[in-house]
Amino acid sequence: MLCDQCNERDAVVHLTQIVEAEVTQLHLCEKCAAAKGIETTVAMPKHPLSDFLHAVQQQATPVIGDQTRCAYCQTSLRDFRATGRLGCAQCYTAFEGALRELLRRVHGAARHRGREYETPGASMGPVAEVDALRERLQQAVAAEEFEAAAILRDQIRTLE
Amino acid sequence: MMLDLSLLPDGGMPWITASGPHADIVLSSRVRLARNVAGFAFSPRARDGERLRVLQQVREAAAQSPVLSRSVLLRVDEMTANERRLLHERHLVSRELAELEATSARCGSAVLVSDEAALMINEEDHLRLQVFRSGFDINGAWERASALERELGEQLPLAYHQEFGFLTSCPTNVGTGLRASVLVHLPGLVLTQEIGKVLTGLQQMGLTYRGLYGEGSEVVGNFFQISNQTTLGRSEDELCDHLSRVVSHVISREAEARRVLSRDAGYIIEDKLWRAYGTLRYARSLGADEAMNLLSGVRLAVGMFLIGGLSVYTLNKLLVFSQLAHLSLAEGRALTEIEANLARARHVRGVLAAEAGEA
Ligand SMILES: [Zn+2]
Ligand SMILES: [Zn+2]
Repeated sequence: MLCDQCNERDAVVHLTQIVEAEVTQLHLCEKCAAAKGIETTVAMPKHPLSDFLHAVQQQATPVIGDQTRCAYCQTSLRDFRATGRLGCAQCYTAFEGALRELLRRVHGAARHRGREYETPGASMGPVAEVDALRERLQQAVAAEEFEAAAILRDQIRTLE
Repeated sequence: MMLDLSLLPDGGMPWITASGPHADIVLSSRVRLARNVAGFAFSPRARDGERLRVLQQVREAAAQSPVLSRSVLLRVDEMTANERRLLHERHLVSRELAELEATSARCGSAVLVSDEAALMINEEDHLRLQVFRSGFDINGAWERASALERELGEQLPLAYHQEFGFLTSCPTNVGTGLRASVLVHLPGLVLTQEIGKVLTGLQQMGLTYRGLYGEGSEVVGNFFQISNQTTLGRSEDELCDHLSRVVSHVISREAEARRVLSRDAGYIIEDKLWRAYGTLRYARSLGADEAMNLLSGVRLAVGMFLIGGLSVYTLNKLLVFSQLAHLSLAEGRALTEIEANLARARHVRGVLAAEAGEA
């Protein structure tokens, strides 16, 4: 459906109006809707992730260098700044300082106040972890990522 | 593989019955909990082997859970594009997990569906537990989600941090991992042009809104999904109570707008809504957005008691079953847009005629 105003772009805002007992349907593209000042009416709020990424990228002086990598999954702070996603649970420890500041901005708080949790039968976790690390190690060796392989080997030793 | 959702009551959509509180204004209440299994990279970063092991561990844990043991596992990674779209149209699978544009979904992507919950596996997080309720019932949804999460959390080691809480792929979900949302139908506020104020108010209250199909979806048919924006620093009960309080205010504003409409613009509204009904009842071709907007009008008419003999339940079903993947499944083949428009009109006509006792 084309925009009623400019007849050029696709209409994305569909507005029902009542003006003096006349009900009309108005279909507008984003641009024309914004020009009419009704963008807040039906237009979508920005994706929370994009606001969030903005906050990530705005972070003044990084607490740790962008090249810092999570030893477990190899995600770097720079990767995180680009995608807004962390690679694994260990990333929260690896980038703790930078994250604490970020969480305060995004959530208005950096401390969990919800349900507390204790890991069940601790036996299951580390075993799965060692398995996963072994798999990563094999892949790292196959890909000739020797630096990563050395880190992984150390981690496996610590866990065993 | 042929997708058989008939095994599930209401096809995995317990919310569709319109049996809950304020069902004329609120379609559904949902609580979603994001969780990850300790010891594996988060799903987007994980290799196929890890994703499959996560799937396996979740299956084993679910088998131990009294409630989830009666669920059906659907391997999204083995489905056709239309089957994935169908699950998405039923709100069982997110856009991200369904990967609608891809020829196949990533290895290990799955959803476990029970009569009250849908557990997405290997989405952005290893686990996305969702509980839906009909109408306005956030607390009911939270209660069940919490019970299910405890059962799973006793079987599976979850990624948890003393300070940050439950760890998630994206830090916007960290802490409680809880997203409570209410799918509301607000045609009254749109018609009286109060909606802008209401939506701005929501954002000031720390809530956010989206379209019918969540993140990145357009607002069509005056359906809005209202949810909490932050997940950290407040307890689950606080997050749910806050959302409930604000939404109950929105519901009374909508009810008030409907009263104003019938008082000040009675015959105009009545005429307009009957015309919407007439179009749905007799049109030979209906576009997707067009059908959504007309159904929205008829839903309002039923809520305002202008059109009798038609249930909100039927209209809820029409909203889902008149969508592309559902029409394709009914026709038994992929449809072009024109074919889909014809099939949609035929489907809607049939349902409305049956409801009017003329089938
Ligand atoms: Zn335009
Ligand atoms: Zn990591």
